[in-house]
Amino acid sequence: MNPELVGRVFAPTSPYLVGREKVREFAASVFATSPLNTDVEAARAAGYADVVAPPTFAVVVQEHTLKQLLSEPDAGIDFSRVVHGDQRFTFSRPIVAGDELTATLSVASIKSLGGHSMVTAESTIVDVTGAHVVTATSTLVVRGDE
Amino acid sequence: MTAGITIAADELTAGDVVAGGHFALSRDSLVRYAGASGDFNAIHYRDDVAASVGLPGVLAHGMLTMGLAVQPVVDWIGDPGRVLDYQVRFTRPVLVDPVDGAELIVSAKVGKVDAEAGTARIDLTVTFNGDTVLGKAQAVVSLAPTASV
Repeated sequence: MNPELVGRVFAPTSPYLVGREKVREFAASVFATSPLNTDVEAARAAGYADVVAPPTFAVVVQEHTLKQLLSEPDAGIDFSRVVHGDQRFTFSRPIVAGDELTATLSVASIKSLGGHSMVTAESTIVDVTGAHVVTATSTLVVRGDE
Repeated sequence: MTAGITIAADELTAGDVVAGGHFALSRDSLVRYAGASGDFNAIHYRDDVAASVGLPGVLAHGMLTMGLAVQPVVDWIGDPGRVLDYQVRFTRPVLVDPVDGAELIVSAKVGKVDAEAGTARIDLTVTFNGDTVLGKAQAVVSLAPTASV
């Protein structure tokens, strides 16, 4: 992997509009049972503008930035050797239906360990006003030749 | 105007089990998650592709395991918006048998309480066939309703 990637900041992704049905679909897929994920009235009664996405929904938006990283011509990342090492979401506020979100990826670090490379990528997700919503951080392990 | 329960910081002690659950994954669950998340990596639904990259079988998406593991905590506090920070390390694969599926068992206990911030760190243990599949699985939650979106 190209060590010069550290510190590189990618172009912001095109805006992702969070759909109510997409939130419901995602909630069902992660076995979520909170009515705030699916019931607009319950979400509004709790003070939200619309249904609330499960915490890990942010990965749907983050995914677009990871595609940018993996397809960066000089990155030298072989996708077939990539394993997801760890994942973190740090919220300023939850994602709700109706949000229009943009993500910007930066490469925080690259480490080598026993023939493997580990890249930590931080995707900062903001809303249409530019306010921070959530930062999604992934460490991808790229397995070396065995 | 309620968004889940208010929990007094002094009601919680590190080590207390606050939530848990059993999740039965099938191949159908993996297909459903692939569609919902957009992660169509074929190792999550095709045995031949999994075998061709040296895997013992079709695996659950790590992000599916992460996504379901926090749900007992969400149900305990009563609001998905009160999860302020959530992290996991993927340490072992979850093999999903085409017939028998896979059962994940989640246990959530109090890691640390920050009374001043009004938050608690909840530590998750997720096991499959008796082995833990996530490391350092921690969710920081707000102890009182915070909705403002």
